[in-house]
Amino acid sequence: MTAAWLGPATLFGLCGAALVGIGLFVVITHPGLLRRIVGFNLLGAGIFLVFGAVARRGAGAGFEGDPVPQAMVITGIVVAFSATALAVALLQRLFDLTGRETLEAQPEHLPRSEP
Amino acid sequence: MTLLLDLALVAWLLALALHIARVRDDRNAIVAFIGFGLLLGLGWTRLASLDVALTEAAIGGGVTGVLLLRAEAHLRPGKASGASVSHGGKTLAAIACAMVAAGLALAVLAFPSPAPTLAPAAATALPSTGLGNPVTAVLLAYRALDTLLEKVVLILALIGVWSLAPDHLWGGAPSLRPDVVPEPLAYLAQTLPPFGVLIAVYMFWVGADAPGGTFQGGTVLAAMWLLVMLARLRPAPETRRRSVRLVLIGGPTLFLAIGFLGFAMAGGFLAYPESIAKPLIVGIEAALTLSIAATLGLLVAGPAQTAPGR
Repeated sequence: MTAAWLGPATLFGLCGAALVGIGLFVVITHPGLLRRIVGFNLLGAGIFLVFGAVARRGAGAGFEGDPVPQAMVITGIVVAFSATALAVALLQRLFDLTGRETLEAQPEHLPRSEP
Repeated sequence: MTLLLDLALVAWLLALALHIARVRDDRNAIVAFIGFGLLLGLGWTRLASLDVALTEAAIGGGVTGVLLLRAEAHLRPGKASGASVSHGGKTLAAIACAMVAAGLALAVLAFPSPAPTLAPAAATALPSTGLGNPVTAVLLAYRALDTLLEKVVLILALIGVWSLAPDHLWGGAPSLRPDVVPEPLAYLAQTLPPFGVLIAVYMFWVGADAPGGTFQGGTVLAAMWLLVMLARLRPAPETRRRSVRLVLIGGPTLFLAIGFLGFAMAGGFLAYPESIAKPLIVGIEAALTLSIAATLGLLVAGPAQTAPGR
């Protein structure tokens, strides 16, 4: 029991869980969209780490980890990067068109019923 | 001793993540994120996933960092501190996020024992691929369809980025040029690429039997290309150029073609005949490495910013 507790798989798995929480918090609460993109990457890194713990625990047949989740994480990192690049490009276009880097409506765009 | 290292790594990762969440300045947060990516790469070595560690350090820390820093510089003039979420809302969000994290942590602690694993299956089929690195075997043989689709996602993302250019700039060149190029950057961009290209080729070649592979090699190549463009030694290519587009789709197309050849040669899509499995896989990897390098570089470069020349 103690061996499993102290192993890197459990430790980094728990770290991944905490990173998911922190990343999610940034995505929800931060007003700046660029920081939200960074938060999205933290969230992804946390999920990959949890998956990495799964891979480490699946060691066997002479390998130090299960190669299938490892390969999927590599694929995931590349896809997360391409999503980040697209999000950054969208944000830059939004900034060029409106001069803002948040999604809040400008006062003149608010509906008239607003007090 | 290793436990101490693990604990220190985890503490640093969490501290950096909290710093990213709390710090006011965006650039400060991005620099912390780059450090986070590199430390995370170290963490992956502790999980015995060297292939992932290389990918994380190169893409998660390096290329994403360049992308975000460039975006931050672009957005800086309009930095208006928007109205942030109210205090009560923040507390509510914090509680919800803590619950998500706690749920995941419980799942981590409740992993079944003995752990389910596909490692034995990967090991028994490894000789028939002629490869020595099981992760490469998963990426290019057992789950080749995933890798093929991922290449398509990369191309789609690039099309998405390009299509954000205004109409009159379509087909033009993206601009990476900073206003001033510091001397050390110019020197680095002249000295580093030969070594970088050598390392990239080595990573791709050794990936068949040891940690490394197309993604890692391609990312290093992309980094070298970006360095050269950032130091203004070579301009970014026009996105309408035929040669650029051929390099971009060359890897996925070859992959797809060999996949269809599998019907004739080995009785199934993406099946390789056993006798020439390794040469086929290495050939696909070579083409993919170039395509990935071009795609990643152009994703960072962004949409066209100058009108196409005559």
